[in-house]
Amino acid sequence: MERSVDSELRQLKEKILTMGGYVEKALDDSLKALIQRKPELFDNVYEVEKEVNQKHIEVDEACLRILARQAPMAADLRLVVAVIKINTDLERMGDQAVNISHNAKRYITEPPLKPLIDLPRMAEEVRAMVRFSLDAFVRGDVALAEKVLAMDDLVDGLKNQIYRELITYIVGDPKVTERALNLILIARNLERLGDHATNIAEDVIFAISGKDIRHGGGAGAQAGSTQK
Amino acid sequence: MANPILETKEVSAWFGKHQAVRGISFSAEPNTINAMIGPSGCGKSTFLRCLNRLHEEVEGARVEGSVLLSKEDIYGQGVDPVAVRRRIGMVFQKPNPFPSMSVFDNVAAGLRLAGIHKRSVLAEVVERSLVQAALWEEVKDKLKQPGTSLSGGQQQRLCIARALAVNPPVLLMDEPTSALDPISTAKIEELLVNLKNDVTIVIVTHNMQQAARISDQTCFFLTGELVEAGETSRIFTNPQDTRTEQYITGRFG
Amino acid sequence: MEVSLQPAAHTTGRLRDRLSFRDFGRKWKNRGMRLLLLVMAIAAIAPLLSVFIYVFQQGGSSLNWSFFSEVPVPVGETGGGMLNAWVGTVTIVLMASVVGIPWGIAAGIYLSEYGKGKLGNVLRFATDILTSVPSIIIGLFAYAIIVVPLKRFSAHAGAAALAVIMVPFVTRTTEELLKLVPNHVREAGLALGLPRWKVVLWIVLRGSAGGIMTGVMLAVARVAGETAPLLFTAFGNRFLSLSLDQPMATLPVQIYTYAISPYEEWHRQAWAGAFVLVIFVFTLNLFTRLIMARRR
Repeated sequence: MERSVDSELRQLKEKILTMGGYVEKALDDSLKALIQRKPELFDNVYEVEKEVNQKHIEVDEACLRILARQAPMAADLRLVVAVIKINTDLERMGDQAVNISHNAKRYITEPPLKPLIDLPRMAEEVRAMVRFSLDAFVRGDVALAEKVLAMDDLVDGLKNQIYRELITYIVGDPKVTERALNLILIARNLERLGDHATNIAEDVIFAISGKDIRHGGGAGAQAGSTQK
Repeated sequence: MANPILETKEVSAWFGKHQAVRGISFSAEPNTINAMIGPSGCGKSTFLRCLNRLHEEVEGARVEGSVLLSKEDIYGQGVDPVAVRRRIGMVFQKPNPFPSMSVFDNVAAGLRLAGIHKRSVLAEVVERSLVQAALWEEVKDKLKQPGTSLSGGQQQRLCIARALAVNPPVLLMDEPTSALDPISTAKIEELLVNLKNDVTIVIVTHNMQQAARISDQTCFFLTGELVEAGETSRIFTNPQDTRTEQYITGRFG
Repeated sequence: MEVSLQPAAHTTGRLRDRLSFRDFGRKWKNRGMRLLLLVMAIAAIAPLLSVFIYVFQQGGSSLNWSFFSEVPVPVGETGGGMLNAWVGTVTIVLMASVVGIPWGIAAGIYLSEYGKGKLGNVLRFATDILTSVPSIIIGLFAYAIIVVPLKRFSAHAGAAALAVIMVPFVTRTTEELLKLVPNHVREAGLALGLPRWKVVLWIVLRGSAGGIMTGVMLAVARVAGETAPLLFTAFGNRFLSLSLDQPMATLPVQIYTYAISPYEEWHRQAWAGAFVLVIFVFTLNLFTRLIMARRR
C-alpha cells in the first residue's frame, strides 16, 4: 500500500541525493583543481555550491511540510529528523569544498611545495566516506554506515601526519609558511568533511535502526528512551 | 513497574464463542495516562470494559484472568461488580449525561447513590468535580439546566466530572473525544494531563496523535492481543515490533 | 486511421431531447401529482372534521348544566342529565388506569430491558396480538371470567376489561420509548456503580417519563371511548351508583342506549354525551401534544 507520505519521503530522499551529488562534485572539482593544477575548475565549485544552498532550503521546507502535514511516526519520523540533520551537514560540506578551493587557488599560484602524496590519499578516503554515507542513506545500509565510522579514524590519522610533516617544512624554511599553511588548511577542511560524513552515517544508523550511537552512546541508547 | 495501581494478568474476554481479548497482561503506574491504540475490532475497548467489569453486562459475555486494583483482584470470589464500578470511573465515546437530570444532579448522581444526601456536601463535591473537569466556570450559572442542554464538549466534561465526583483512583476512557471537534478535543486532552495528578487514566483512542500527545505509556493491540506496550515516546519513535511500526506509520489499519 | 469525432446525427438528436433543460412536461406532471396528493390528504381528515362539526352542532346546543348535575329522568319527562354516566366513566377509567398503567409500564420495562431472548419475542408477539384483538372480545372475556361467576354486572368487570385493553398499548409505548434511550446512557449508570434495576428506574425510565406519559394518556383516551366491552360488564345504570360491585353507567354505553331509543329527548342527550366524550378525548390528545412539544 502506497501512503501519501511515501511519495513525499521518496522525493525528500531524492532531494538529499541530488544535494549529496552536488557536494561530491564540488569536492571532486576542488581536489582535481588542486592536484592537477587546473584553476578553471574552481569556478565550477562556486557554481555547484550555489546549487547546494538552493537544495538546503528546499529540503528544509520539505521536512517542515512533512512534519506539519503528515505527522510522521516511528521510522518515518526518524527518517525526517535524520534528513534535517543530514541536510545541515551537507550544506556545511559544500562550504568546506569552497574553503578548500580558496586555499587551493592560492596554493597553485605558486610552485609546488612538495609532491602531494598523503593529501590525495586523504582526499580519496574522504570522498569515499562521503559517497558511502550517502549510499548507506539511500540503501538503508547500516553496515556501510558503520564502515564510514571506521574510516574516520584513518582520515584523522592522515590529517595529523600531514600537519606534522608540513610543520617540519615551516620550521626548516619559514618562507614556505604560506604554502604549507594552505595545505594544512586544506587537510583541516578535508578532515571536517570526514566528520560531517561521519555525522551522516550516524544519522543513517539512527534512522534505520533507531539506535543512537553518537558520543559513545553505544548500542544501549535507543530512540525515545529518556535518560534516568 | 515498581508499584502498579492497576495490573492485569492473562485477561481474556469472549462474546459468546468469539474471543475478543487474548490473555492480556498489562500494568499501569499511579498518576500516568495509559493509551490503548490499535485498529477497529482489535479488542482494546473490550479489554477496557474488563477493567471495571462492564464487559460481563453484555449478554453472553465472559471474562477470564485477574485484574488487580491496588493489589486486590476485582474478579476475586465474592467481589460485587457493582462495588467495583463505584471505584473505577468510566467515560464513554459519546457524551452521555443522564437525560432529564440537571447539570448538578448529573454530577451528584454517584454521591446520592452512595447515600450522601446532605446539601452542603453535595454542593461542595459538585463544585470540586466541575472545577477538576474544567467546566465550573462555564456552567456555574447553569447548574439547574438539563445536562443535555450543554454543548458536546461540555457534556463530555460533565461526564468526566460525574465520574470524578466519587473520587475514583482509576478513570477509564473509551475514545472520549472521537465525537468532538478539535477545540473541545484539545480542552479534554489538556484536562486529562492535569487530572493525572489525581487519577490514573486508561484511555482507548483511535487518534494516534492523541496517544502520542498525552499518554505516558502506549499499548498496541491487534486481533485481541497486546502486541507491544512501552513508554509512549519510544513506541512512537522506535517501536520494537514490526506490526506496531506498520500500524503507527499508517501501513495498515 | 481516421476517427470521426462527430457522433452519428440520430444519436445526438435523441440525446439532446432527453437531456434538455427545457422540459416543461415534467414540471407539470410534478405539479399535478402534488395536487392529487394534497387532495387525498385533505380527504383523509374530512371525516374527522365533519364529525367534529356535526357533533358540535348537535351536541353543543343540547348541552347544559343539568347534563352534568342530574341523573336521567323517566321517559316522557323533560330535563335530567348524565351525571351517573360521566361519574361512572371517570370511576371506571380511573380504576382501569390504576391497574393497567403500572402493569403495562412494568411489562414494557421487561420487554425493553430484559426481553432479548425467545421469551421476550413471544411476549412481544402476544402483546401485538392483544392490541389488535377487537375490544368486544375483551369484553366477552371479562364477562366470562368475572360477570358469570359473580352472577352480576359490575364496575369491577368493566374496569378489568378496559385495563386489559390498555395494557398492550402502554406496554408497547413504554418499550419503544425505553429503547430510544441510547444504550450508552445505561452503561454510564452501570459504570457509576448503579445496580441494573436502579439504572432502569432512575435513569432510563426517568429519562423517558414524558414520552411514556404521552403514551399513557393516549391509552386512557382510547379506553374512555370504548363501548363494546362495557356493554356486558359494567352494563349501565339509570341511577348514580358508586358501588364498585354494582352495575355502573358509562358515557359510551349511555350514549348507545339513548341513541337507539325512539325518544327525541334521549337523542338530544346522546348528542350532548357524544359532544362531551369527543371534547374529552380531544383535550387529552391536545394536552399530550403540548407536553411533548414543550419537552423538545
